[in-house]
Amino acid sequence: MSTFDVSSGRTPTTGRRRAVGRSSAGDAPNRRNTELLMLGFAVLVPILAYANVGLAMDGSLPAGMLSYGLGLGALALVAHLAVRRFAPYADPLLLPLATLLNGLGLVMIWRLDKAGKLLIKNFPAAANQLMWSGIGLAVFIGVVWLLKDHRILQRYTYISMVVALVLLAAPAFFPSRKEDFGAKIWIRIGSFSVQPGEFAKIILTVFFAGFLMVKKDALALASRKFMGLYLPRGRDLGPIVVVWLLSILILVFETDLGSSFLFFGLFVVMLYVATERTSWIVFGLVMSLGGAAVVASTESHVKTRINAWLDPMAAFAPKPPPQSSEQIGQTLMSLGSGGTVGTGLGQGRSWLIQFAAKSDFILGSFGEELGLTGLMALFMVYGLVVQRGLRTALAARDPFGKLLAVGLSSAFALQVFVVAGGVTGLIPLTGMTMPFLAQGGSSVVANWALIAILLKISDTARRPAVEPAAAIPEPAGPERYGPGSGAPDQSRGASS
Amino acid sequence: MSDLTLTVMRLGFLAVLWLFVIVAVQVIRSDLFTTKGATRSSGQRGASAAPAASGAGRAPQGQPGATAQQQSRQRRGQPTHLVVTQGSLAGTTVALHGQTVTLGRAHDSTIVLDDDYASSRHARIYPDQAGQWTVEDLGSTNGTYLDRQRLTTPTPLQIGVPIRIGRTVIELRK
Repeated sequence: MSTFDVSSGRTPTTGRRRAVGRSSAGDAPNRRNTELLMLGFAVLVPILAYANVGLAMDGSLPAGMLSYGLGLGALALVAHLAVRRFAPYADPLLLPLATLLNGLGLVMIWRLDKAGKLLIKNFPAAANQLMWSGIGLAVFIGVVWLLKDHRILQRYTYISMVVALVLLAAPAFFPSRKEDFGAKIWIRIGSFSVQPGEFAKIILTVFFAGFLMVKKDALALASRKFMGLYLPRGRDLGPIVVVWLLSILILVFETDLGSSFLFFGLFVVMLYVATERTSWIVFGLVMSLGGAAVVASTESHVKTRINAWLDPMAAFAPKPPPQSSEQIGQTLMSLGSGGTVGTGLGQGRSWLIQFAAKSDFILGSFGEELGLTGLMALFMVYGLVVQRGLRTALAARDPFGKLLAVGLSSAFALQVFVVAGGVTGLIPLTGMTMPFLAQGGSSVVANWALIAILLKISDTARRPAVEPAAAIPEPAGPERYGPGSGAPDQSRGASS
Repeated sequence: MSDLTLTVMRLGFLAVLWLFVIVAVQVIRSDLFTTKGATRSSGQRGASAAPAASGAGRAPQGQPGATAQQQSRQRRGQPTHLVVTQGSLAGTTVALHGQTVTLGRAHDSTIVLDDDYASSRHARIYPDQAGQWTVEDLGSTNGTYLDRQRLTTPTPLQIGVPIRIGRTVIELRK
């Protein structure tokens, strides 16, 4: 198979290896002890970072080290026990990787809290973030416990579409405040604010997966070939146009470049995976570039972002142009002063990133204190999360699970790309959060839920069949595999 | 804190961070090479692993690699895959190497149909003398349909035309 796709092509070699593996299928290892070990490691690294910050800034081990460490360890242990109980065959790496990122984020936020007055508008946020991480892990456990089978989500395909649309549209109707810096992506009730886009990301993926599972044949097969591209029929083009319009509307009314890119990119990726048609990617790129160009030339907020991207240092000129922002310039300087191995935790000057050093620009703070070496390690960890997600998609037996796993991991990957690309000046900056690292309750909770769903899919995918492998008793067949047994389009073929 | 201690801690922390990444990659590696068989055997038995296994056991499989590749390069535009587009095996792909593909509920078929409307030896797909892929119904109870036509004789197959067997739809792809 030349492309990464939903199909599961097998060569004779894998067939033979399978035959060998069959003999040991009875005691398929479930890898839970590996997970526990990795989890211990993943808790240890942030504790080390915590000690490092304390020693560098105060010359002594931080007072809260034991309690914070034990707290994180206990949370991770409870999550592990939940996985052991409810998803015993799940992937062994997803939970430790997410724990490590969350722990490092907490340490960095705590470290920036300690910078005190040097950072403008510096409210202590570490305790709050720890609380959100706890809630996030509770949601994780809840999903692992209550979501018996990810295929249940398929029943809610169109309900999730409506819910996601409401969530996405809601912030536009709430009054924006001056502190929001242009983007209207929050719902505020009193002092409590939620960023619904983070949750919409997951719910929309459920919708896309359910929708494309039913429609993928129509989209893939009913098309004419023109200049090497498959042109879909007009009526099949409908959904992609609707999603495109939606993402443009987000861009216009909420002036949020990041969410817009994320949702449209997610849809194009899932379309491509479902249909194996490269032409969708071409259409997607053309439509998003076209849309972005039109919006960028009309919306002043987006224009500022683009200008800051094209010339990050313009804001430091003696006479800065009117539409400029110094944020990217500051971040690039902090990355530069970090160099290859960084200044060391607690020894950087990350407060010089005046704005959002703990949230949008936390990657700049990490880049300064851990250097290129540390930043690459973080990107590796993100990469491994995405890899495990895609691996889960390959192993999943039902098309809905495949699409859902691909969608969730590419949403995660796109978000990392959008944030990291923005902070390092590769693409225009957008106001999204780095999953798990950055300060922000909604983001942490939503990403823990995302990891939980991936774990459940991987549990189903890796679970050995109940029956011994020797023979295939025919009546047992449908119940045992039932890939997409709830698929609504199954009855179409029964014309015999 | 002396500078030396801080430097050691700084570099030590980076080393620990990378150690974590390396250990994680090792876990993935061991996952690939120790549990793959078990996962596959449980996962794909009913679906596409079975055809691969029986395909491997089939007689003319000895020299598939080089010759099959050559063939496919020579005959551009020829189908290379058989894809199940509907039914419980939807998404399964079988690579064509010039060998006969049998379809049915019998578990030595190349594609084991998990379908109540399929016979145990339902149909076969094979290249005729001219190398044209052909589908033949093997006297099944519920019949094999090429598009809407019920098959009575061996019929040449075109790319993208659906073959219906019970709830399952199969087609040739390039």
